[in-house]
Amino acid sequence: MTPLLRVEGLSKSYGTHPGCRDVNFTLWPGEVMGIVGESGSGKSTLLNCLAGHLAPDTGKVIFDTRERGPRDTVTMRESERRWLARTDWAFVHQNPRDGLRMAVSAGGNVGERLMAVGARHYGDIRAQAEDWLGRVEIDAGRMDERPRAFSGGMQQRLQIARNLVTGPRLIFMDEPTGGLDVSVQARLLDLLRGLVRRLGLSAVIVTHDLAVVRLLADRLMVMKDGHVVEEGLTDQVLDDPQHPYTQLLVSSVLQV
Amino acid sequence: MTQYNFAYLDEATKRMLRRAILKAVAIPGYQVPFSSREMPMPYGWGTGGVQVTAACLVPEDTLKVIDQGADDTTNAVSIRKFFARVAGIATTEATARASVIQTRHRIPETPLAAGQILVFQVPIPEPLRFLEPRETETRTMHALEDYGLMQVRLYEDIARHGEIARAYAYPVRVEGRYVMDPSPIPKFDNPKLHMSPALQLFGAGRECRIYALPPFTRVESLDFDDYPFTPSKAAGQACAICGAADSYLDEVITDDAGGRMFVCSDTEYCSSRAASQQGDAA
Repeated sequence: MTPLLRVEGLSKSYGTHPGCRDVNFTLWPGEVMGIVGESGSGKSTLLNCLAGHLAPDTGKVIFDTRERGPRDTVTMRESERRWLARTDWAFVHQNPRDGLRMAVSAGGNVGERLMAVGARHYGDIRAQAEDWLGRVEIDAGRMDERPRAFSGGMQQRLQIARNLVTGPRLIFMDEPTGGLDVSVQARLLDLLRGLVRRLGLSAVIVTHDLAVVRLLADRLMVMKDGHVVEEGLTDQVLDDPQHPYTQLLVSSVLQV
Repeated sequence: MTQYNFAYLDEATKRMLRRAILKAVAIPGYQVPFSSREMPMPYGWGTGGVQVTAACLVPEDTLKVIDQGADDTTNAVSIRKFFARVAGIATTEATARASVIQTRHRIPETPLAAGQILVFQVPIPEPLRFLEPRETETRTMHALEDYGLMQVRLYEDIARHGEIARAYAYPVRVEGRYVMDPSPIPKFDNPKLHMSPALQLFGAGRECRIYALPPFTRVESLDFDDYPFTPSKAAGQACAICGAADSYLDEVITDDAGGRMFVCSDTEYCSSRAASQQGDAA
């Protein structure tokens, strides 16, 4: 089996300030990888390098494309990278405002990726948008409303629908539950877990919430100061942390 | 007037403009940047059109200028006078007799012929402007043919109004490549862009862009398979003066008791039809 994503020696610094340093990992089809660490540890930098939003200084990000097999997305042409970004990849931002078009209706938001890959039949686009709104538990009657009329949780679910409509194989998520209250978080996690398992998606989830990775992630990477300090199966890392920083992280979680 | 250069602009400026025009003709629908000059009129009055016209004019040319289809409005009259004075060229109101036609917001009803040049005045050349504010991003989108967003706008129209409500500056795809803003002409005129035997040049003075449609260029209006493009005009009406049912009509309010009439927006087309009808009657 070919890995879906293979990262080799990825580094990115901002001037003299390091973002992430020498990151290596492999993501297999259907696997969910969690990345945890404190703020400023390089999690988001790493995710943005993987998704092609930032150009890494060194290293390779090899993605198993549908047509042409494993290819380095760092050196491929911008047009190919953008094509991947709207077909095989999805990116769920922490703030739904960054991932949605706030001036465009919910249906238009979901339909945008379809139209970007060439769909030109209004009825079909609308039917697919309606189907996806249903899957993320948004009432079809609110399809023509703009996202600003939605609650935070609904906006986040809309963002997920908008990203998944073209059937991507890899989702990047940056703090998908950040800024939501706990009951809404729980529902969103439930929904995400269902979608990921049912569609057989692979995902890279960046978060500082250990409960999120416990529920969603198969494997876990712990980052500190741009380095990966520990890596392993989620339950193994959380129940038997080896690195002092991981031990600190796990012991810092409040028990209710 | 011999102490001045022909057609107002100095030769270096003309060379710069002609280079931009040649490049625009070579890449149909692509917006070529040029260093727009100050013109003796405010931005928004046709500074882009005037520069393109000045760069194209030769002493043998006959110029026609129209504004919203009319030959006799302030803008049209003053630009026509301007060129008659600074270039000493002949002017006309007859579409068929003109070799260069500068226009704002219309394409003449009389079909254009090979050898004619139609110059459009363009306020905002970027069709993606109100969808994506960053110029760097819109240029990248054009370069990568990333036009999904344009389609989203049409989708929003249908979702909200039941049809594509855009009635002017309706976006077109040129030769299956660049998406282009045809300037604020009514969408009724869009089919006239397609396979036109005349050279069509677009000048945006404030935005410093020139783009072009060479003769016989494929121009398609964007639409959906199940909501095809329709070149609409005032439904079921004919011109009250010349009786034309096939021309684009302006609605004119005649009193404050609800009285109104529809007349041709192309004044030269209307008056020539009315004159020939009178000739037939006499």
